[in-house]
Amino acid sequence: MSATDTAPAPTFEEVVITTRRSVTAPVRVYEPASADVAGTATVLALHGAGGWLPGEPVLDGLVAAGLRVVAPVWPAWSEHGDEDRLSDMQDFALHGWDVATEMDLLSGPGELHLMGHSMGGMIAAEMAALAPQSVDRMALLCPAGMWLGDHPIPDIFAMLPYQLAEVLFADPNVGEEVLTGGADFSDNATLTRFMVARARQQGMAGKILFPIPNRRFSERAYRVTVPTLLVWGQQDRLIPPAYADAWQAALPDATVELVDGAGHMLPYEQPAAVVAAVTAHLAG
Amino acid sequence: MTVKFCWFNLMPWPDLPDGFKTEHRSVWVDIDGSLFDPERANGVYHEYMDQLEFADELGFDGIGVNEHHQNAYGIMPSPNIIAAGLARRTSQAAICVIGNSIALYNPPHRVAEEFAMLDCLSGGRLVAGFPVGTPMDTNFTYGQIPALTREKYYEAHDLIMEAWTNPDVFAFDGKYTQLRYVNCWPKPIQQPHPPIYIPGGGSIETWDFCLENDYNYSYLSFNGYLAGQTLMDGYWNRVGEMEKSMSPGRAGFAQIICTAATDAEAEELYSEHMLYFFNRCLHVFPGFADPPGYRTVKTIQAGKLDQFRKENQALFKRLTWKDLVEGGYVIAGSPDTVRERMEDMIKRLRVGTVFCLLHMGNMPDWKTRYSSQLFAEKVMPGLRGIWGDEFDDAADWWCKPMDDRVRPEDTMADARRYPEAPKGPVT
Repeated sequence: MSATDTAPAPTFEEVVITTRRSVTAPVRVYEPASADVAGTATVLALHGAGGWLPGEPVLDGLVAAGLRVVAPVWPAWSEHGDEDRLSDMQDFALHGWDVATEMDLLSGPGELHLMGHSMGGMIAAEMAALAPQSVDRMALLCPAGMWLGDHPIPDIFAMLPYQLAEVLFADPNVGEEVLTGGADFSDNATLTRFMVARARQQGMAGKILFPIPNRRFSERAYRVTVPTLLVWGQQDRLIPPAYADAWQAALPDATVELVDGAGHMLPYEQPAAVVAAVTAHLAG
Repeated sequence: MTVKFCWFNLMPWPDLPDGFKTEHRSVWVDIDGSLFDPERANGVYHEYMDQLEFADELGFDGIGVNEHHQNAYGIMPSPNIIAAGLARRTSQAAICVIGNSIALYNPPHRVAEEFAMLDCLSGGRLVAGFPVGTPMDTNFTYGQIPALTREKYYEAHDLIMEAWTNPDVFAFDGKYTQLRYVNCWPKPIQQPHPPIYIPGGGSIETWDFCLENDYNYSYLSFNGYLAGQTLMDGYWNRVGEMEKSMSPGRAGFAQIICTAATDAEAEELYSEHMLYFFNRCLHVFPGFADPPGYRTVKTIQAGKLDQFRKENQALFKRLTWKDLVEGGYVIAGSPDTVRERMEDMIKRLRVGTVFCLLHMGNMPDWKTRYSSQLFAEKVMPGLRGIWGDEFDDAADWWCKPMDDRVRPEDTMADARRYPEAPKGPVT
């Protein structure tokens, strides 16, 4: 029996769009079961440097709560390429808005919320700084984007694969399984595919995260007037909870929700807690 | 063409402790600062520079230096400083700076200026190397974004070459460097520019770049010539595909060489120093060797191994002197043995330039000089003519010094003279 026979049916439709910058990207669209689509609030969700997994419990949870979720796959995390068209933080943030434009999220009657995890949180925050008037509310899950000298963030770009789970997950054993997805790295073709994906995806992430994940957002944070929820894993060993305080201090209107039993991979470790906090926040 | 021999010193720190490999994470990037002794470095730098001067005396075609950062096997973050000292105290050998990591200079125009200075100072003896740079140097030490390093490198290259060849003041509007007035002053003696060497570790994009620009491609590896052959075969295959001349001058290779009176003496004299190099100097934390985005997808898919991959690290751990010699990592032995293996290496790899690593690890000065002298006197002469006169374009990959250049041997004593007014009316 192959893996595809047992995989559950996806809970989203995937559309492929091409932005005005000529970046072709797949976008996952999660529609709530029975909703007045015209007036439904939409969450534009941005993934972290690990990309979307086949199943995303937090996104499913938001949909179950009646929200529509639009989740673009960032260039380099899709087979379409085009990552060379984005070089820096400004390109990344504008690409987020280009996707929103292409997906017609800016003209609807429903509210538009932003959500992002880690790198995706960094991009969402920059998007909100660029166009705060286009965002109703925002939820950032342990976002990257700041640097505190007293709390240096471990250098994931210099880590060996086996060191990642320890830093990313509250429970490293759970982490190993999530990270490898059961792949057999003794097979050369699998290893090459893994190395190519790593080079493309983490190389792309490095454009805004290397060598220090700080592109001076704090100087623009004053523009983010939208009510923002910061959700942080209490056992986050990559970007420790001290950063939650720094973000809260930098943003004009922010609250913090700490989640126990979660590390940096919070959305996969405590999805129910994340969904509860985010839906409550987005409901206002 | 004649084969060119460049005596090369990596400038390793000679005092890494016995337990270095187990007690320290890496020789590079986060090397323990307490292992460096600045007062000891005073003698070390001078010893290494003296050896380079001795190589000029011995008749090597070139003397070579390179750039590494936060690295205990290469204490030369600025090779241009060493090269300037050599330009002032030698007169024959090419000064091979292999090279400056051009993406790391801000602005990269600095390289155009400093290399032009070196070319003027040396009377046109500069061979200019433009490495992309290792991830340890470029990304982890100097903070360049891995996925953008190559693009920045190419832009830096374009700026430097235009600075050398455009006689006018020009504006340079790059993505990484913007300069309103580019006007390289001084300019190099060698026109249109000094010979360009691109030291590579195995990125296949580099081949096309070298061939499109007719630059020398030099494979700098510590894995020796037997392991290097697959890669060099790939390079020459590409030369053929691009319909370029097959002149060996297009290619160079770095080889560790130990010469002694006999094969047995070579082992006796040099074994411990080679093991110091492979076991301590190459102890690089593997996490620093391949940051995502540094190697291109094309290179990964082609399966090119770079010299710091984990499996190679593991390999080094098991190496003995016998393995080093038989595997071609080190060419060692009597002059006859070394000549025979060098000939094999030069022919197999089809190279016109050999970077001779005759000082390695913690080798003491006298052994370095002994090995170098034997090589220069008893090995090198018999190898120069390997390629006969079939390829006369090799001069394109070597420096062309002025005939009537300033020669230190003529001027050194005179430098400290006291003033003496010229005869005749005082003006």
